[in-house]
Amino acid sequence: MIAPYRYIGKATQRKDALGIVTGTVQYLNDVKFKDLLYGKVLRSPHPHAMIKKIDKSRAEKLPGVKAVLTWENVPDWKGGTPGVTRILGQKLRFVGDAVALVAATSEEIAKEALSLIDVEYEVLQAVFDEEEAMKPGAPQLYDEFPGNIVTPGFPVFGPKCLSAISMGDMEKGFAEADVITEGTCGYENVPNPIPPEPPGAVALWEEPNRVTIWVSNQAPHVDRMTLSEVFGREVEIFTHGHPVGGSFGTKIITWQVQSYATLLSRATGRPVKLIYTKEEHIAAFVLRPSSKMNARVGMKKDGTVTAVSGKWLVGTGHYSMTSQAQLAVGLGEVQIMTRCANWDLQTDVVCTNRNASGSVRGFGGQELKCAFIPILSQAMAKLNLDPLEFFKKNYIKPGDGYYWRDGNWYTYRGIDYTAAMDRGAERFGWQEKWRGWLQPSAQKGPLKRGVGVGVHGNADIGEDTSEAYVRLSTEGTATLITSLTEHGTGQRSNYVKMIGEVLQLPLERISISPSDSVIAPFDFGPVGSRGTYAIGSAAISAAEDAKHQLFLLAAPILGVPPEELETMDGLIFVKNRPEQCIPWIATGHDRTIIGYGRFEPDYTLANCMTTFVEVEVDTETGKVTLQKVVNATDVGQIIDPPGLEGQLNGCLGSSGIDSAIFEETILDSTTGHILVANMIDYKWRTFTELPEIDNVVLETPISSHRFRAIGVGEVATSPGPSAILMAVSNAVGTWFHEYPVTPERVLAALDKVKGKERTGGDS
Amino acid sequence: MPKLRSARRVKFTLNGESRTLEIGRLSHQVEPSHTLLYTLRETLGLMGTKLTCDNGACGCCTVLMDGKAVLSCMLLTVECGGTTVTTIEGLKDRDTGMLDPLQQSFIDHTAFQCGFCTPGIIMSAKALLNGNRSPTEDQVKEALSGNFCRCISHYQVVQAVLAVSEGGASP
Repeated sequence: MIAPYRYIGKATQRKDALGIVTGTVQYLNDVKFKDLLYGKVLRSPHPHAMIKKIDKSRAEKLPGVKAVLTWENVPDWKGGTPGVTRILGQKLRFVGDAVALVAATSEEIAKEALSLIDVEYEVLQAVFDEEEAMKPGAPQLYDEFPGNIVTPGFPVFGPKCLSAISMGDMEKGFAEADVITEGTCGYENVPNPIPPEPPGAVALWEEPNRVTIWVSNQAPHVDRMTLSEVFGREVEIFTHGHPVGGSFGTKIITWQVQSYATLLSRATGRPVKLIYTKEEHIAAFVLRPSSKMNARVGMKKDGTVTAVSGKWLVGTGHYSMTSQAQLAVGLGEVQIMTRCANWDLQTDVVCTNRNASGSVRGFGGQELKCAFIPILSQAMAKLNLDPLEFFKKNYIKPGDGYYWRDGNWYTYRGIDYTAAMDRGAERFGWQEKWRGWLQPSAQKGPLKRGVGVGVHGNADIGEDTSEAYVRLSTEGTATLITSLTEHGTGQRSNYVKMIGEVLQLPLERISISPSDSVIAPFDFGPVGSRGTYAIGSAAISAAEDAKHQLFLLAAPILGVPPEELETMDGLIFVKNRPEQCIPWIATGHDRTIIGYGRFEPDYTLANCMTTFVEVEVDTETGKVTLQKVVNATDVGQIIDPPGLEGQLNGCLGSSGIDSAIFEETILDSTTGHILVANMIDYKWRTFTELPEIDNVVLETPISSHRFRAIGVGEVATSPGPSAILMAVSNAVGTWFHEYPVTPERVLAALDKVKGKERTGGDS
Repeated sequence: MPKLRSARRVKFTLNGESRTLEIGRLSHQVEPSHTLLYTLRETLGLMGTKLTCDNGACGCCTVLMDGKAVLSCMLLTVECGGTTVTTIEGLKDRDTGMLDPLQQSFIDHTAFQCGFCTPGIIMSAKALLNGNRSPTEDQVKEALSGNFCRCISHYQVVQAVLAVSEGGASP
């Protein structure tokens, strides 16, 4: 078949490729500023404390120090959902909480000044376990959150924001079941996505009330909106985005570091740069939420789920910014994976004295699935159901519905993903390798192999709004004006391909604007899986609008109605009469054409990722080795094959599959310190440990935009972790319900060593 | 301290040009505590070498020293005298401006996603190819085992490196 498109579906060079391989792409920390000051943060050594006294006089006397800020001399600006967390407060709620800020003429002077700030703390009792935190008499982190339970709901999602799933008739549902199982599973190792580029910001305050902030975030308009909530509407905020050196969902909201830089610039009148060290990045930035579920599941012999009741407990650390949103999205996603008429799933988001959880790819759904699928597996095992058959049967089908994040009911109008699951199974060899629950697929001496499968999908592919301008120069070039930054997915280049296709213009003639909130129109940014459908739709509409305007100008010149015109390579011609042709510039060299596109949210489509894994467990050492991964999906239409390949291979890192094998944030529950706050102790996969990966991508046209494509990159990390738990359980012949399956846990399950209680959760 | 005011210098070759830096406490000078990474970025303005862990663990700051891959965050500049240093900015052909074949291969294989770790990975791969023109796949992986990449571009990187090795697979 001849490819229907000139660029879509073909490998094309990324617009930023040359800059990346020559080191000339300017990430935030590479930008030069005049008169720059450097900011540093003094951080709390205690997990829970009040500042009794703070003396900054010695620090202020150090030559080169331009400002020292404490809770006593900053405005009462607050962030969080709801906004109860001060930028600098008298109360400190985790090891690493900000005590004071310093701006100095060099980083070294700023660092030295930190050691000259004298603080007297009143140490308070701390709590690290969510269930302990909810008990009467537990230490209270906020007066506003009795029992440490965070206010449910997320304002952006409206008054009906999903915070539970309640529908159907529970009694009837459980009565219809052939088996009923109850279980608890936790995904409580709060892994850290750790993009290589640390979080940071540069801010310049101009009196009386304007701040310009250079950010390394995914969406400069979201930074502006978030900070506007913190600083108040009277402060005018401009944000300039830069290419992002990895985000994995974490650099959607970084209001603290942006606020620190802003306050220091406000105090000094000079631009202030504040870039976190890797230790701060790991110990004081964003972790995955902790997730624990206790649920009762009713299931029929044919795999029909008749009822689900239970409690999903989400741990958010010292405060919540997006946890309620993650919870709402996760509750929507679990319905997409589990067709069930009767639900009673309640939730709580709980604060404890550790570094905060926040936005990470998989956004709530990964956290919930990692706890829920192992519980569902208990029922499948009792009925001897193949999990692949279960997922095929239970993943959403056209005409089904679900409550989405805003609490509204939506009817699914997308495709059936059974074919993608089947093709993935074929490629993986699932039929040959699946030997039943708790059965190894192969064994050689102490080495046992096991297989597992997981599934995840999301109706966020059409969430939130996007706007774009496409500006045409009649000399035959186009510019996409967008606030989006490039954060690694290659999407900025993909929008150029989409525009190139609409305008039939060579990609070299299309450029992209800088990513700012000053000139570029609003965009919620490449969050969730919305890049291809939601943002792509805005770019496509803007290009179509620009083309339409161009044709209105050309029609009188060519003497035909605009509908009869086409364009290619900067020429306009009459359909089927290419000899009747003018260049764009014939419409006038003295004009600018600006097309505008807008996308309105659509929650009626969902993506789907199925991940098959094979592990080998050494029953003598307990080591789990990932042998093989097959990801199977359907994207409607591939936009850029190598870009998609990279995104799907991303299933391993950034707290994905490896969060089930070795990635974890280890908190010392006696001191509250994170013990792995560096890149040696925090484990990550190296080049020498790569498993075989195969990606199966189908292209069944989906009713999204004109290219019938949807995004899927984000969710690559999500189905894998529970599949690993399943595979190790099968290899070893005993259930694992904790992440990650470290050698210690494997040997404990085999009764070869005595297992010890890990931080936080229980089994 | 007074000794630092004397005309002590450190001299090395950087990207084909001889550089002499004074040792001292002024902004254009090199302090004895400065790492090579700091000097490259903050004193000489070469921002292609990336600061990530500053602790010798992630490989993002890798440069070539006398043809071998070194971690610039773990070296003091004052100890680099007499060496030849190449950064990502120095890989292009100085006369023609053409990309190094390795850089072109990274483009051809889309062997990056966010791109932040890419300069370090390219320099590690360059060091490997300097010493071994036709490495095996396992040798490529071993040579890059100190480079952190979180997007997981590893598979495309290995293909890109093998494609420019002698007798390697074409793109």
